[in-house]
Amino acid sequence: MVVAASLSAPRHHFGLRHAVVRRRGSTLLGPVTLALPPVGLTIVLGPNGAGKTTMLRAMHGLDRLSEGEVLSDEPLQAARRKQGFVFQSPIMLRRSVRANLAYPLKLDRVPSGQAAEAVERWAKRTGLTAVIDNPAPSLSGGEKQKLALARALIRKPELVFLDEPCANLDGRSTREIEELLSEAVEDGTRIVMTTHNIAQARRLATDAVFLFQGLIHEQGPADRFFDQPQRPETQGFLKGDLIE
Amino acid sequence: MNDILQGLVSAFWLVVTFDADLVEISLRSLQVSLSALVLASAIAIPLGTWLAIRRFRYRRATIALLNALMGLPPVVVGLIVYILLSRSGPFGVLGLLFTPTAMIIAQVIIITPLIASITHQAMRDLWADYHDLLISLNASKRDRIAALIMDGRRTLLTASLAGFGRAIGEVGAIMIVGGNIDNATRVLTTAIALETGKGDFALALALGFVLIALAIAVNVLIHVLSRTERAGRW
Amino acid sequence: MIKRLAIALAAMLMAFAAQAEVLRMAVTTSFHNSGLSDILLPAIAEDTAIEVQLLVVGTGQAIRLGEAGDVDAILVHSRKAEEAFVEGGFGTHRREIMYNDFVVIGPRVDPADLQSAGSVRDALTRIQDAKADFVSRGDDSGTHKKELSLWGAAGLDPKTFGGWYHEVGAGMGASLNTATGLGAYTLSDRASWLNFGNRDDMALLFAGDESLNNQYAYLPVNPERHPHVNAEGAGKLEAWLTGPRAKELIDGYTINGETLFVFNAKPR
Repeated sequence: MVVAASLSAPRHHFGLRHAVVRRRGSTLLGPVTLALPPVGLTIVLGPNGAGKTTMLRAMHGLDRLSEGEVLSDEPLQAARRKQGFVFQSPIMLRRSVRANLAYPLKLDRVPSGQAAEAVERWAKRTGLTAVIDNPAPSLSGGEKQKLALARALIRKPELVFLDEPCANLDGRSTREIEELLSEAVEDGTRIVMTTHNIAQARRLATDAVFLFQGLIHEQGPADRFFDQPQRPETQGFLKGDLIE
Repeated sequence: MNDILQGLVSAFWLVVTFDADLVEISLRSLQVSLSALVLASAIAIPLGTWLAIRRFRYRRATIALLNALMGLPPVVVGLIVYILLSRSGPFGVLGLLFTPTAMIIAQVIIITPLIASITHQAMRDLWADYHDLLISLNASKRDRIAALIMDGRRTLLTASLAGFGRAIGEVGAIMIVGGNIDNATRVLTTAIALETGKGDFALALALGFVLIALAIAVNVLIHVLSRTERAGRW
Repeated sequence: MIKRLAIALAAMLMAFAAQAEVLRMAVTTSFHNSGLSDILLPAIAEDTAIEVQLLVVGTGQAIRLGEAGDVDAILVHSRKAEEAFVEGGFGTHRREIMYNDFVVIGPRVDPADLQSAGSVRDALTRIQDAKADFVSRGDDSGTHKKELSLWGAAGLDPKTFGGWYHEVGAGMGASLNTATGLGAYTLSDRASWLNFGNRDDMALLFAGDESLNNQYAYLPVNPERHPHVNAEGAGKLEAWLTGPRAKELIDGYTINGETLFVFNAKPR
C-alpha cells in the first residue's frame, strides 16, 4: 500500500516509519509510513479529522509519537533547526512586524546588520514594507499569514510545513501566498502542506498524499494522483463527494 | 472632617517648605520599597515565568503554595525576619536588624509571592499562545523565557506595581524589623503610626497624603517610562 | 528601562551612607512621647559624638531586645523586670536616672467623681464601684505593670472586672486615642498626656499620690554575654545621662509650663 518514493537524489531523507499518535486512548494517526521525495511540494489531502495536522506536527516534532519514529538524518532538535512551520492560525509575537521577522535570526545570533538586511528583503518580498513598524497582532488575516510564512522562510530552511495556510483568505492573498511558495520551491526548499482546496492542490503539488481516518490511503506524483487515483476514497474525495 | 482638612493644609505646608524630615523620610520610603521591588521582581518574574512553562511533579503544589504565600500577614513575616536577624538568631552575626537592609528583606518576602503569582497567571496565557511557535523555532529555554518576559512586559509592569503598592504602604513588618528609628529606619508608614499614636492626626494625615502622592507619582513615572520605550520598539 | 532602573537603584543604595559611632537604645513609648528625647539626643551627639538610635517599644519588648543583644542599652521604668534583667546576667547593672509620675485621665464629666478622691487607691475603687469604662494598656509595658500593681494595692483584681475594663494591647498614644473614643478612664504617664494632641473632652482627673511616681533606670547590656555590643559607648552615655548637662536639661524640660521629670541619678 505504501509507495516508497524514489530517492535518486538523496539530499536528505525525511519521513515517518510506523508512526502512531495516540491521545487519551484514541488513535489520531497511524500507523503511517511515509518517505518524502527529496524535492518539490507535497500536498496532504483529506477530510477534517483525518490526521493531517497531527501528521505535520509529528514530523516537525511538535507532537510526540506514541510508536514508530521520524526518519531523519539528524536528531529531532537539529532537524527542526532546518525546518519551518506555519500554523493554521498564525501565531504573532506581540511585537512589530519587523521584530517578528527578525526573531528567528536573533535566535540564531545572526549579526544585527545582516539580519536587518534580510528583514527588509523579506518585508519587500511579502509586501509588508508599509506596515513593517506596526504591531503584528493588528495585521489583517492575509498579512499575518504572509508574515508567518516569511518568518518561517527567513532562516532558509530545507523543509517547511504549512497547515492550511490559505484557509479564510481571499483570492488575492491566496495568490500571493502561492507565489511565495512556488518561489521557495524553485529555491530548493522542500514544502509539505495541508489544504482543503483541491484546485490549489492541483496548482501547487509535485506529489500528494491522501489521508483518511489516520491512515495513508494513497500517495504518489501529482499527475498520477489527480488524474488516475487508484482508491475509491481518493476518487470520491477528488470528485467532491462527502466522505466521513 | 476637620482633621482631614487640617491634614491637607499641613501636608501642603510640609511639601512647599520642603520640610527636611519629610524629605528624608520620603526618600527612605522610596529607597526601601524600590530596592525591595527591584529585588523581588528579579526573583519573582523569572520564577513566575518558569512555573508557567515548566511541567514538573510538584508544580501544582508549588503554585498553590505561592498563592497561599500571597496572603502572608506582613506582621508575621516581620516577626520571623526579626527572629532570624536578631543577635540571638541564626543570622545575628550579620548585624542587620534595625537597618534599612532588614526592611528590604522583609518587603522582598512579602511582595515576591504577589509578583510571582500575577506573573505566573499572565505568562501562562502568553505561553499557551506562543508555545508551538517557540518550540518550532527551536528557541532554547532561556530564549523562551526571555521572549515571554519581553512580550509580557506590560502585565509584568502591572504585577511589579502591585508589589510596589503593597511594599510602600506596608507598616507591620518594617515596624518590627526596622524599629522605626529616627534618622535611620523611619519611613512614611511607621512615621504615620507614630504620629497617630501621639494623637497628632494632622501630621499623620499629612504624611499619609504624601505617601499617597508618592505612590501615584511612581506609578505614573513607570508607566511613562514604559510607554516611551514601547513607542521606540513598535 | 531596566538599565534606567538599575542606575536609579545604584544611586539610592549609595545614599545609605556610612554612619558615625552608633549606639542603639531601647526606650519606652512613654519616654519617647514625652518629647524629652528630642532635647537629649542632639545634646548627646554634641557632647559625646555618639548617635543614639532609639527603639521605641514597650518595656516587655525593650527587655527582650536587651536580652537578645539587639540593643546596646535600655532605658525603662519597671523595677522588677529591670532587676530580673540584671540578675539574669543580661545587663551589667541598673542605674536610676530620673522619675516622672502617672496620672489618671478620664472624661471631663467624671462619672466616678475622681476629682474628690483622696488617694489613688480611693480613685481606683471609685472607678470600680461606678463600673465606669477603663482602658488598660494590656501590653505588658511598664505602664501596664504599674496599673496592675495599683489595682492590687487597692485590693482589686482586674481579672474579675466586667465589660467596662478594656485591655487594648497597645502603646500609650493608641490607648489614649481609644480612651478618648470610649469616654473611658485610663492611666497615663504625665508626659504622654501633655504631648497628646487628640484630647477632645478628656481631662487630667487625678494625680499627686506618691505611689504614682515612675522611676526610669538605665541598663547597659552585658558585653560578656553579647561581645558585639557597644559597651564603651554605653559607658560614655551613662556618664553623660548622670552628669550635670543631663540634670540641667531633664529638670528644665517643660510642656505648657509644667515640669515633667525630676533628675535623681546618684553620683557613683
